[in-house]
Amino acid sequence: MSSISTTGSVPTTRAPALSPVSRPGWLERTNLLFQLPLTMRTRVVVVIAAVLLAIAVLLPLWHMTLYSNQYTDGLNLYIYTHKLVGGAVQGDRDDLKEINTLNHYIGMHPLQSEDFHEFKWMPLALGILVLLALRAVVLGRMSNLVDVTVAMGWFGMFSLWSFYSKLYAYGHNLDPDAPVKVAPFTPPMLGSKQLANFTVFNYPALGSYFILLVLLLLLAGIVLTARQRQWELQ
Amino acid sequence: MKKTSWTWVVSGLALAVLVVASASSSCAKKPKLARTGDVTQSAIATYVAPGDLDQYYLFYSGGHSGNVYVAGVPSMRHIATIPVFTPYPGTGYGFDKESKEMLGGFTWGDTHHPALSETNGDYDGRWLFINDNANNRVARIDLRDFKTKEILGPIANVSGNHGSTFVTPNTEYILAGSRFSIPLPKGTYAPIEQYGTQYKGVVSGISVDPKTGHMTVGWQIVMPPFNYDLGDAGKGRSNGWAFWTSYNTERATGKLEVTASQKDRDYIAAVNWKVAEQAIKDGKYKTMGGMKVIDPRDVPGVVYLVPCAKSPHGVDVTPDGKYFIGSGKLQAIVTAFSFDKMLKAIQDKAFTGNEDGIPVLNYDAVKEAEVNVGLGPLHTQFDDKGFAYTSLFVESAVAKWKLGTWEVLDKVPVSYNVGHLTAPHGDTVNPRGGWVISLNKLSHGRHISVGPSQPESSQLIDVAGDKMKLVYDAFTEPEPHYAQIIDTKLLKPIEIYTANENKHPGAIWDVKDAKVERQGNHVIVHMSAVRSNFEPNKLELNQGDLVTIYLTNIEQTTDELHGFSLNEYNINVVIDPGETKVIEFVANKSGVFPFYCTNFCSALHQEMQGYVLVKGRGGVAAASKGKAKTPVAVAGLGQ
Repeated sequence: MSSISTTGSVPTTRAPALSPVSRPGWLERTNLLFQLPLTMRTRVVVVIAAVLLAIAVLLPLWHMTLYSNQYTDGLNLYIYTHKLVGGAVQGDRDDLKEINTLNHYIGMHPLQSEDFHEFKWMPLALGILVLLALRAVVLGRMSNLVDVTVAMGWFGMFSLWSFYSKLYAYGHNLDPDAPVKVAPFTPPMLGSKQLANFTVFNYPALGSYFILLVLLLLLAGIVLTARQRQWELQ
Repeated sequence: MKKTSWTWVVSGLALAVLVVASASSSCAKKPKLARTGDVTQSAIATYVAPGDLDQYYLFYSGGHSGNVYVAGVPSMRHIATIPVFTPYPGTGYGFDKESKEMLGGFTWGDTHHPALSETNGDYDGRWLFINDNANNRVARIDLRDFKTKEILGPIANVSGNHGSTFVTPNTEYILAGSRFSIPLPKGTYAPIEQYGTQYKGVVSGISVDPKTGHMTVGWQIVMPPFNYDLGDAGKGRSNGWAFWTSYNTERATGKLEVTASQKDRDYIAAVNWKVAEQAIKDGKYKTMGGMKVIDPRDVPGVVYLVPCAKSPHGVDVTPDGKYFIGSGKLQAIVTAFSFDKMLKAIQDKAFTGNEDGIPVLNYDAVKEAEVNVGLGPLHTQFDDKGFAYTSLFVESAVAKWKLGTWEVLDKVPVSYNVGHLTAPHGDTVNPRGGWVISLNKLSHGRHISVGPSQPESSQLIDVAGDKMKLVYDAFTEPEPHYAQIIDTKLLKPIEIYTANENKHPGAIWDVKDAKVERQGNHVIVHMSAVRSNFEPNKLELNQGDLVTIYLTNIEQTTDELHGFSLNEYNINVVIDPGETKVIEFVANKSGVFPFYCTNFCSALHQEMQGYVLVKGRGGVAAASKGKAKTPVAVAGLGQ
C-alpha cells in the first residue's frame, strides 16, 4: 500500500478520480486499492487456489496415529472435512472401531461422524469459498479477492478452534462409570503426547496443507496485482 | 594268605568286567548321528529371527488326530492347528451348529495325504484337501482363512480312503480309493471266503468346482479286490491319467503280512480319467450306492494294471510327467516307469493277462529303469535340479538319485524309519528345491523324555548342495503322514472378517442390536462379543427351552478373538473378529450357569461373562407352559 503512496504522477486516463496535483489521503488510497482490477497473473493464481481448495474437500485434514507395543504399525485416524476414517495399514482392519473399543475403557464418547457438526458445515463453507474465489476472478476487483482471503483466514482459524474444542471435549467428558479412571486430558493437536500405553501423534494432513497453500496463493494474488499496478502507475 | 589273593583275583576280574561292560554299553548307547555338517551353518540356515517370517508353509497331515498342522520352513515352528475331522475346543470347531453338522456325528478322522489345489500343475494357494482314511471322507480347507469349509462323505462304495487326496493338474479331480475291499454296495454281506470274487475295491475321482471348490463324486471305477494304497495324478504329457499302487493282489485274507506278501510283483493301476469322464457323459455306468460306477469291462481303455515290485507303496509322477516312480516297499529298488512306453505297450497290446477284465501290461515293456535306492523305499519327491529323493523306511535313510541317469548319488541317515518325505512344491511341475523334510515314524527318544507315548520326528534336510545335510529336528503331535510345502508368497490369508464379508443372517454389528426373542419355547438370541462384554449378558430360560444363539464377534481388528463357554453344558465356541457362529442347545438342566469368554482378549477378560438362568419345570406357570411344547428335535445333553 505504501508503494501506491509513493506514486508521483498518475495518468488521468488510468485513474481519473485522482487529482494529478494533490497527493491522495490514506482512505482514498485504500479505496483505490480495493477498486484495482485484478491482473491476469493474479486471476490465474486465484483459479489455481480455487481448484486446490475444491480438492482439499476430498483430502484428510488431520492424521492421528496411536502407537503402542501391540500396535507397532499404529492405529490411524484420518479426519476429513466430512468424515472420520480409520485407516487400515494392512488388510481390512477398521482402526476407527478399534480406537473406539479401546476408548470405551476410559469412558470416552465413541468417535462417530454423526456427532461432528463440522462435517455438515465444513464442506459447505469450503464450497462457498471456492465460489467466492471464482467470483473474484470473474468480477476482477481487488475488493472481491480481499473478501475471499479474509473469509478464508476466518474459516481456517474457526476450524482450528472448533477442532481443538472437540479434542478438549472428548478428553474431558469422560463417563464417570468407566472401568478405567483417567484424569481428563486433551489429546495433542499438533505434536505427540503419551496417553496411558499409547503414544499419540497428531499432525495436519494433506488437506490442511492444501488449505494453507490456498491462503498463501490468495495473498500472493493480492500482492501480485498491487505490485503490478504500482509498476504501471510509475 | 591264599584266601586273600583269591579275593584279589576275583575283585580284579569283576573290575575288568565292569570296565568292559560300561565301555561297551556307552558305545552301544551312542546313537549313530546323522551328518549335520557345520553346526553354526545349520543354525543360521534354519534360524528365523524374532519378527522375521518363514519362507514356506508346511502343511502336515495329523494322522489319527484328525487335524492338519501348519508349520514354517525353515524354522520348523508349529504355528497353527487346523481341525478337520475332530472337534477342537481350541478354535471351537465342532461345537457350533455349522461345524457340528459338517462333522456329521463323527468325532475323529485319520488324515493322511494333504493336497494343495493346483493350476497348470503347480500349487495355486487356494485350497488344501485332506482325506479321512477311517471314515471315507475328503475335506476342503480354504487357505483364505485356514478353515475347514466342506467335508464330503462318507463317500459311497469307497472303503478306507487311503489313496487320496492327490489332485489333477488343474484341480479337476481329487483322487479317492479303497484301501480295504468290501462287498458292494456298502451294507452288503458276503462271507470272507468269497473275498476274491464278491469283494470289490473302488477308485474314484472327486470333482471340484473351479469357482467355489465344492466337491462332488465325479466317477468311480469298480476294481478287483486289491488294497489300493497311494496315488498321484499324471502331469505334463501324462496329464489325464491317475495312478494308484495296490498290494494284496493275491486277493488274500487273514494274516495279510504273510498272505499278501507272496507275489513278487503287485500292480500300479493306471486310470485314464478323461476316458472315465467321457464314459460318465456317455452314460456307460451303473448306479451303485447312488454313485455313477464304471465297470472296466464296459469301458475298454479306462484302466490298465502295470506290474510293480513287491507290495508297492508310493507312486510319484516326475515333474515333467514322463515317468512314474513305483516304490516296492519289500524290495530294495524303485522302478521308473515310462509313460510313453506305457502308451506304446497299450497300443501294442503288450498284455500278460488280465484281472477281472482289466489288462495287465508287460512289466519289461513299461519299465524304464530300476534304481537301487536301498531298503524299504516308500515315497519319492523331486527338486528343481532333476534329482529325486526317496524315503527308505527299513534303512532309515533318504536316498538322492538322478532322473535320467538313474544313479544313486547320496544317502543321509534319518532318525528313525522315515515314512513320507516332502519338498517345496516337490510333487508339482515346478519343484522349488533347497529342502527335503523327512517325516519319520519313530523318534526313539531324540527329544527330552515325555514318557512312553513318544512324538513323531520331522527332520529338515538341506539339499541345496551336492551332499545332503541334516540341519534340524522337529517333533510333532501324532501323526504326520504326507505333508506339502508351499511358497508363502502364494497365500494371501485374511486377518479379519469384515462386516461386508459376513453375510450371516444372524449377524449383528452394534451392541444396540443385541436382543432376545422368545417364540414359544424357542429362545432366539442375537449376541455381540466385544472387549470386554457379551450383550445380552443374561439369558432367562425355562427348563426344556431350545436356545439358538447367533454370536457375533463385532471386533474389526486383528487377533481379537473371543470365546463363549457355557459351564456344564459342554459348549465352547471361539469367534474370530467379524465372525458369527450359531450355538444351539436345549436348556435341560435347571439352575444358574455362568458363561464366559474363553479366549483371552483384554485387560478385563475375566469380567467378560454372564449368566444363563434356567427355571426348573416345577417352578412357575411359564415353565410348565414351556414344558408342554418342548421340542424333541435337538440332541442336547442327557440329564
